[in-house]
Amino acid sequence: MAETALPPLRPALRLWALTGLLAALSLVFLFWHLRGPTGFILSLRATRLAALILVGAATGMATVLFQTVAANRLLTPGIVGIDALFIFLQTALVATLGGLGYALLPEFGRFLAETALLTLAAAALFGLLLRRGAGDVTRMILTGVILGVLLRGLAELSQRMLDPSEFAVVQQAMFASFGSVPSGALWMAAVVLVGAAAIAMVLSPALDVAALGRPTARGLGLAHDRLAIAALMLVAAMVAVSTALVGPVTFLGLIAAALGRVLAGTYRHAVLLPAAGLSGAAILVAGQFVFERLLGLHSTLAVLVEFFGGLLFLALVLNRRSA
Amino acid sequence: MIEVRSLSYAAGATPILHEVALDLAPRGITALIGPNGAGKSSLLHCIAGLARPGAGTVRIDGLDPFAVPDRRRARQVALLQQSPTVASRLRVAELVGFGRWPHHAGRPGPEDARVVAEALTAFELDALAERPLDTLSGGQRQRAMVAMAYAQATPWLLLDEPLNALDPRHARDLMARLHDLSRPGPEGRAVVVVLHDINAAALWADRVVAMKDGRVIAAAGAAEVLRAEILEEVFDTRFEIVPHRGRQLVVTL
Repeated sequence: MAETALPPLRPALRLWALTGLLAALSLVFLFWHLRGPTGFILSLRATRLAALILVGAATGMATVLFQTVAANRLLTPGIVGIDALFIFLQTALVATLGGLGYALLPEFGRFLAETALLTLAAAALFGLLLRRGAGDVTRMILTGVILGVLLRGLAELSQRMLDPSEFAVVQQAMFASFGSVPSGALWMAAVVLVGAAAIAMVLSPALDVAALGRPTARGLGLAHDRLAIAALMLVAAMVAVSTALVGPVTFLGLIAAALGRVLAGTYRHAVLLPAAGLSGAAILVAGQFVFERLLGLHSTLAVLVEFFGGLLFLALVLNRRSA
Repeated sequence: MIEVRSLSYAAGATPILHEVALDLAPRGITALIGPNGAGKSSLLHCIAGLARPGAGTVRIDGLDPFAVPDRRRARQVALLQQSPTVASRLRVAELVGFGRWPHHAGRPGPEDARVVAEALTAFELDALAERPLDTLSGGQRQRAMVAMAYAQATPWLLLDEPLNALDPRHARDLMARLHDLSRPGPEGRAVVVVLHDINAAALWADRVVAMKDGRVIAAAGAAEVLRAEILEEVFDTRFEIVPHRGRQLVVTL
């Protein structure tokens, strides 16, 4: 009855419609005004498209997972300071190696090191702070926020001591950029993100129960704390890989998750997770296309995402019922 | 039989239950009464295996709720908690369907559908089955939550203040339904219910456990516990007991 109570085709149709939209956007992104050396341009665009889809999907799915575990639809994983740690790392690297030294670092090696460090930092934050049980998610979030503020403060202090050219290098790294993504890193990110997404889908029936709240879920026999830790480890991997790949997009997850919830029209994570993932990917592909091809602007999509994400966050805070 | 022995429980540094010893019969309705902060909800949570006691033991038909897998525990005992929060987009039938989770773990079958349909009918929720929870009144939502606990189909049904937000007719209907459920038979369940309405305990409970300051003051048949001197000791106020149709009516003075 619980399963048949939902119109069985509607969520599937919605997902297919979203998939069709993303496919159409991808085709436009790839083939719009294709002139000159077609193979070379297509290869460049395909790499960029893959990065956009991967990061958008991972960020959307990670945000839904995080919101379910935290029982709060206003949160994004970025709030616990992973973005701040990334910016701090970039600042520390530029401060120690200099602008040129930073630019000469092998991209794939830097991606690997940053992914490892961010994953470890996020896993440590989630794991250590949840030792006393996943009921303490609020403490974990608050600690993450405080750590984020501390790291941001340290990064700003270091940035004041940089010369203007080095500061420009850091500033460029502070916003997500899809302009140049090393293909080796892209493959690795794809493997990690697809794997994490697959595990999240396997966990989706249990996540539905977890969304009832920890007390009720435990009463129904769900090992809530184990599930919460598993979900947070997936979030750590997804956010770390996405951030190391293109840089921080703090509010993208919030937009993707909110849009995914509206479009999915159900509480079921088997629909919600892909809907948020497809929404995140579609937002990034459409946004990058508009900025890159129609407006002729570069590397400003992240700023727009942050701007509209921030507005959405305020709207959700002011009208929690609509969240 | 639920056997509670020397059970002590603290919430952080605050002691809540002190050396509680109690046997609960495997049939009928047992009402837990007592003032706010007496430890009734904590006792239910300890029995249901959701709050780990600092000392003492709990056995549910011989089963240690802290030593078995979570789903096994949830097939033995269901607990309706006070003011649970649930996702607002859920529909009533979906919520009740979650009661089957301990049995199917995400893969519901025809038997699960049958039990959910039965629970919806039993708690007069058929007409509301497709309604989202956030469009229901507090009382309707409370009935849906009770139906979810019922759908768990456990031998033991623990309900923490289930009459909250229910109007007199639905409160009576719910207690009557629980009374029917708890009669001996193949489908019979043992119901343990926290009640603030002492007259509901007087009318419907087979046994009453009176608690105060984390201790059991009295545990026996309803007629033996619902006496003025015991109630006055438990609630620190005066009561008059008025016989009514073979039961007692409790009047607070």
